[in-house]
Amino acid sequence: MFNYLIKRLIYSIPILLGITIITFAVMYCTPGKPTDMIADFNIKVTSEAKERLVRLYGLDKPIHEQYWNWLKRIVALDFGNSFKDGRPASQKIIERLPATVLLNVLSIFLMLIVAIPIGVYSAVQRYSLLDRILTVMVFVCFSVPAFWIALLLMIVVGLWFGWLPISGLVSFNFENLSFFAKMWDLAKHLILPLVVSTLGSFAVLSRYIRSGMLDALRQDYIKTAYAKGLSKKQVIFNHSLKNALLPLITIIGLSIPGLIGGSFIIETVFSYPGMGRLGYDAIMARDYPVIMGIGVISAFLTLLGNIIADVLYSAADPRIRYK
Amino acid sequence: MLFEKIKMKKLFRNKPAFCALILISIIVITAVFAPFIATHDPSAQDLPRRLSAPSAAHLLGTDDLGRDVFSRTVYGARVSISVGFFAVLITLFIGVILGMVSGYFGGWVDSVIMRFTDIMLCFPTFFLILIVIAFFEPSIINVMVVIGITSWTGLARIVRAEVLSIREREFVLASKMLAVSKTRLLFAHILPNAVSPIIVYAAIGMSAAVLTESGLSFLGLGAQPPMSSWGQILMQGKDYIYVAWWLSLFPGIMILLTVLSFNMIGEALRDILDPKDSKI
Amino acid sequence: MKNKLIPFLFLFFAACSSGVTDKKHESPQYDGAPVYGDAFITAIASDASFLNPILASDTPSGAVNAMLFNGLLKYDENLNIACDLAESFEVSQDGLVITFRLKRNVKWHDGKPFTAKDVKFTYDILVDTNTKTPYSSSFMLVKELEIVDDYTVKAHYEQPFAPNLESWGMSIIAEHVFRGTNFNDAPANRKPVGTGPYKFESWQTDQKIVLKANPDYFEGKPYLSKYIIRIVPDSSVQFLELRNESLDSVDLTPDQWNAYDSFFKSYDKYRQATFSFTFLGFNRLRKPFDNKDFMKAVELAINKKDIIDGVLLGTGIEINGIYPPQSWAYKEIPKSEYDPKKALDILKSIGFLDIDNDGYLEYNGKPFDFTITTNQGNKQRELSAEIIQQHLKKIGINVNIRIIEFSTFINQYIAKREFDAVIIGWSTTLDPDQYSLWHSGQTAPRQYNFLSYNNPKIDKLLEQARTTFDMGKRKKMYHEIQDIMYEDPPCIFLYFPDSLSALHKRFRDVKDFPIGVGYNFIEWWTPRAEVKYSFQE
Repeated sequence: MFNYLIKRLIYSIPILLGITIITFAVMYCTPGKPTDMIADFNIKVTSEAKERLVRLYGLDKPIHEQYWNWLKRIVALDFGNSFKDGRPASQKIIERLPATVLLNVLSIFLMLIVAIPIGVYSAVQRYSLLDRILTVMVFVCFSVPAFWIALLLMIVVGLWFGWLPISGLVSFNFENLSFFAKMWDLAKHLILPLVVSTLGSFAVLSRYIRSGMLDALRQDYIKTAYAKGLSKKQVIFNHSLKNALLPLITIIGLSIPGLIGGSFIIETVFSYPGMGRLGYDAIMARDYPVIMGIGVISAFLTLLGNIIADVLYSAADPRIRYK
Repeated sequence: MLFEKIKMKKLFRNKPAFCALILISIIVITAVFAPFIATHDPSAQDLPRRLSAPSAAHLLGTDDLGRDVFSRTVYGARVSISVGFFAVLITLFIGVILGMVSGYFGGWVDSVIMRFTDIMLCFPTFFLILIVIAFFEPSIINVMVVIGITSWTGLARIVRAEVLSIREREFVLASKMLAVSKTRLLFAHILPNAVSPIIVYAAIGMSAAVLTESGLSFLGLGAQPPMSSWGQILMQGKDYIYVAWWLSLFPGIMILLTVLSFNMIGEALRDILDPKDSKI
Repeated sequence: MKNKLIPFLFLFFAACSSGVTDKKHESPQYDGAPVYGDAFITAIASDASFLNPILASDTPSGAVNAMLFNGLLKYDENLNIACDLAESFEVSQDGLVITFRLKRNVKWHDGKPFTAKDVKFTYDILVDTNTKTPYSSSFMLVKELEIVDDYTVKAHYEQPFAPNLESWGMSIIAEHVFRGTNFNDAPANRKPVGTGPYKFESWQTDQKIVLKANPDYFEGKPYLSKYIIRIVPDSSVQFLELRNESLDSVDLTPDQWNAYDSFFKSYDKYRQATFSFTFLGFNRLRKPFDNKDFMKAVELAINKKDIIDGVLLGTGIEINGIYPPQSWAYKEIPKSEYDPKKALDILKSIGFLDIDNDGYLEYNGKPFDFTITTNQGNKQRELSAEIIQQHLKKIGINVNIRIIEFSTFINQYIAKREFDAVIIGWSTTLDPDQYSLWHSGQTAPRQYNFLSYNNPKIDKLLEQARTTFDMGKRKKMYHEIQDIMYEDPPCIFLYFPDSLSALHKRFRDVKDFPIGVGYNFIEWWTPRAEVKYSFQE
């Protein structure tokens, strides 16, 4: 096991390097400079002033030198300073983490809570009317464009009924509230983004569980279990479900990068201060240090997620052994 | 082989899938015969009558330049469906070839291809799309290319796994002994046996592509005017959602129905083509 | 990317106003004496970058900095240059020396007094080549900034330069705050200390910035206790928040402006003319766009009224020149006519003919089309392009549209001159100097005369006008420029859009000045009964 882990980690290094090189190259080839947003189309800014900005940002150096400088700093976990506001990129990323992780962890929980029962039911009562209805419902949820349903929900629930706030993370008087009022305020703000970000994701998961359950139900040991005289309930929950849930480990492992990646669309619509918006703004402003920082962190987490998933998998399923 | 009568029958007996198939056919026919179905020239502007509600003259109302939303939705089918179709073609092309090569040859070829796939998988999709789009100017072709080249990784892995198991079967060994060329072996013998998961992937891929396109439209990276996809009409409607609901409702429904249909078909195919399935 | 406004001119709503108001109810001037309290909540589309006026150049930062900082000079409510931190100023006869006498009762937010040292420090930072500021150019022209005494400074210039007076609207920063820190990433860039009517309280990235009233403000303590800026990126969502009455003020699109009255039960709408114009410009380095007649024909074929009615819904004006009526340099110039027939005749005379009868004109026997490029994110420009596409189709010109993300647009298209035609806009300063836009010497890749406009007469006048301090003489020169441009237009002027906004009705003493409705913000107040947000002081 230990050797396996070491091997996996060593394997990850070229992948990580590859990711940074690709990101850097793509960024370098992308037309535009970080100084554009600051300087262009502002009548007061002359071309001499712009040249000066380009030099101060170190953008006049050749690409391999820029990459090498960046790589040297990255080893010390220094992602450089954002071109937009001069703050360390790592600090900007860390600042977004709590809100992003909060939304996505809740979303994964909600996804599991909704998807597991649907998946199990659809497998056990395969081809029943309710299975069909659930299947269609699940796919309807999957098929709605996120920003559209988000706006519709905001209008109906937020504006017409006035039940929930429309956008933002907390109310502006948040600091003056008591602890419970704070929680309540936060919860109210989270409901809509949570619903919208979960809608698209539980379809895939519930289908996974459904087919996993179907597979499990076909196994011989299930027949044995029935033969032993166990009730259907016991068979389903004690024997098949456990096996059907195994692939969940992989799925959750795969969703770790999404956990911090955030979604630009949902965050924009709900004015939610997350990583998706940070990434998008950084791309649009050609804020290289932030783009690279996000790229590296999410790549790292993806790899880590994969490894953890594999390890957990082998722990959970005795049939799998890594050498 | 694949679409033996019995399987087609199964597909037709699956009611949701059957409905989905009909819906898709209608949408495709609409797209093909758009000029005959549209009631107006989709780019004809009528500024005094901008943002008017659905009526007999304009079945689904008009947009912010007074263009007929019904006709634009009809023509939008062309753009959206072809984006989906060509994006999936590109996905299949890259995914199948890389998957087959990787699975069949194994060794260092396999290692290199799979590491590359890993790298591609490590980029969050939208991040990748954004970066790639920064290279190209927005156009319908580039949208297809971008969706295509960012969504093949899953397929490559699936195909690789299939090929890995197929290449050990007797008929492959037999062909090898008969000195069938590698290309012929791969495409004429191995590929047909790996086709089920590919078809399922394609159906789901269509739906994902249409959805991704609408997401890209949100970012303003889509077809160029006066051409419009559903995603773009929907996006255009976003700015008027409080004064002109029809502008976002109808394209929204079209996207929903299309994506839903392809998914249902994909699901049904997965059920039917699943060799492990012992039930009828 | 919205039009950019120069930060120090940014006065809460928009730089300027023609005084057009669409007020449904005139708030009673006196329901009791003003009282302190309540908050004002507004929204910006993206987060601020630096709360440091020297480094920031984005609109959101500018809006916040305007409440926190002051310049030596400012524009008063009637668009005249007036004193802000300066008590008085005088320009020497030869225009080479400007003397500022500073106000003595001004304190920084941390209680320290404001003195000439701060002005000198601001100047030194601006001209320091290591400062990441885009505003250095005007200050590079200052030969020396001399501290005469604690409350007097003199700026010495190499040569007279009229727009320089305006440049002293640059916000002044505190020496003691930055001394000894690395200016480009000083902590104060996120915790500003200014002289303005509001003090910095807190900043939650991508959520909100909170400012509180400055009790020691030299013009008096503002009545509204807090000034809160929320970051709401999507404009449709901003409008939903407005309808929900959770924002007190937002900018409106023309369609929102014209939306149902019931949406605005609790709001007044304000409409202000701006100093920004949108135009269709042709690349003179390419044929046939260098041909004056071609441009004339295109202008004749475009019905500008359609654009203003259809895109701006009437909330803008058609002007055939570079200055709006509220500018002192403005001269009335005849509007362009709409005459597609005449356009076609001109086109035929310069080699355009429909040879193959396909409905589209061929140029010198070859199929002809051209591409209008514009930046993504400006709906009005996109729609204008589509209308122009239709208009030109009517006379047989095939137009393609390309909408490009802003940064790419600037670098790949504008800077490399890789375009046939562009639709873009300029937000100009209140000072009429537009040397950098139209002078034939300003055509290097990253300079602003990217249309390659070249008219020796205009060059000469632009040069003369910016070195003349005599308003009368300057005015004459700018009038002449407008006359020459009428004969030889640099581009096709489409419109000057108005800036539109909504403001909650509970605020009293809101006045609609020519410069903008936010000019007397510190005098705004809410009657006790209508206070929406209360704070413990």
